[in-house]
Amino acid sequence: MIRVVLPHPLRRLARLGPEVELECCEPVTLRAVLDVLEARYPVLSGTIRDHVTGQRRPFLRIFAGEEDLSHLSPDAPLPTAVATGAEPLLIVGAIAGG
Amino acid sequence: MSQVRVLVGTKKGAFLLTADGKRRQWEVQGPLFNGWEIYHLKGSPADPNRLYASQTSGWFGQIIQRSDDGGRTWFTPGGEKLPDPYSPPAGTSNRFVYDTSPETGRPLTTHQWYDGTQHPWEFKRVWHLEPSLDDPDTVYAGVEDAALFRSTDGGRSWQELAGLRGHETGAQWQPGAGGLCLHTILLVPGNPERLFVAISAAGVFRSDDGGRSWKPINRGLKSNFLPDPDAAVGHCVHRIALHPARPNVLFMQKHWDVMRSDDAGESWREVSGNLPSDFGFPIAVHAHEPETIYVVPIHSDAEHYPPEGRLRVYRSRIGGGEWEPLTNGLPQRHCYVNVLRGAMAVDRLDPCGVYFGTTGGQVYASADAGSSWQAIAEHLPAVLSVEVQTLP
Repeated sequence: MIRVVLPHPLRRLARLGPEVELECCEPVTLRAVLDVLEARYPVLSGTIRDHVTGQRRPFLRIFAGEEDLSHLSPDAPLPTAVATGAEPLLIVGAIAGG
Repeated sequence: MSQVRVLVGTKKGAFLLTADGKRRQWEVQGPLFNGWEIYHLKGSPADPNRLYASQTSGWFGQIIQRSDDGGRTWFTPGGEKLPDPYSPPAGTSNRFVYDTSPETGRPLTTHQWYDGTQHPWEFKRVWHLEPSLDDPDTVYAGVEDAALFRSTDGGRSWQELAGLRGHETGAQWQPGAGGLCLHTILLVPGNPERLFVAISAAGVFRSDDGGRSWKPINRGLKSNFLPDPDAAVGHCVHRIALHPARPNVLFMQKHWDVMRSDDAGESWREVSGNLPSDFGFPIAVHAHEPETIYVVPIHSDAEHYPPEGRLRVYRSRIGGGEWEPLTNGLPQRHCYVNVLRGAMAVDRLDPCGVYFGTTGGQVYASADAGSSWQAIAEHLPAVLSVEVQTLP
């Protein structure tokens, strides 16, 4: 079970609580997690990664604990703590005004 | 008794303002979609309970919201939660992808960037939603970077009408201060093949074949920021408007200059007349008097506030050229708000109601065609758009 923490606006958009729990097949990568998340909650498609390029949206970052995964390949295995559900995968909006 | 519903998009959510036909007491519903920029909301002329909203964010991109009950409840068409992750894919109502297919699309070419270099088209947001005049499930979307999309399934999916972006002049289009945005779409009653769109900074384009092909219609516009002020494209058109009974007469608020065309855009002439400034953003036409038009003069392109700090709507009853200031009920000192291009609209009651919103968060309404005004909402986030529905 993978745990994902979304930014507040996306939680409200998808009508979700503080954490989402997802079943994800091995290997657990960022791409695999987002594929499952978007399939489960289609309203999130395009909000975390671009529809066309598949790239992470520039004002979002990805963390596991304090480890910044934002620039990790989306096909790289996520840390064991995330893959086992011991720690959540954090999707964080940049502090960029607003 | 008739009702009026004012749809207000702001920098931090949407608000619905409702009143009966007297338009004295207003109820405020909102904020909806809290915290998101709502560039535009608009109701279907064919089904006033069908509303569309463009919800957008620099962080999370584009969302399309829809209501089928007059704004009481909203949903993202095709974005419903799926019980089974292996269900067939849902519609993707926020998927605006430029059409590069060989059958209907155009190659993803480039447009002019601020510094004169070429820059690829990149979708950023939906500025304008224009529901069909006769089908609630058909709606057009004007987007940044400038292109026109259409949905025929109630907003579940979108297809680009790529002939516009693919026009041979595309490489000369350039972004204005707000981006390279297609901000205005006009549909013509009784002539579904004809559409007008306006793009900053490219100009006005007309299609006479339902959006497949397009013609720039900017003859008569002069833009001193262009090396060739009379160029065919490149003009920063802020807004165009028409009266449905006279669809060959177009009115325009350009970056500078208020303009008029009497031949469906084939030629334009200036009608700024005695305005204190001919810079501004919105322009609107009276619901029952096709020659009565409204603008809100703004000091300059650098100073986006009313001349002398006095918020004045100007009305011409002869289609431009001669204008009268309308000040009754509007702040006449120390007022430094702006009124953006999508933030003025009229209702269809008699007398005609006129509405506009400001970047200071006020929404003003006039129930007597502009002669007097009242603030029907105050202290909202900066207003991006105002639309009005006249309900039975």
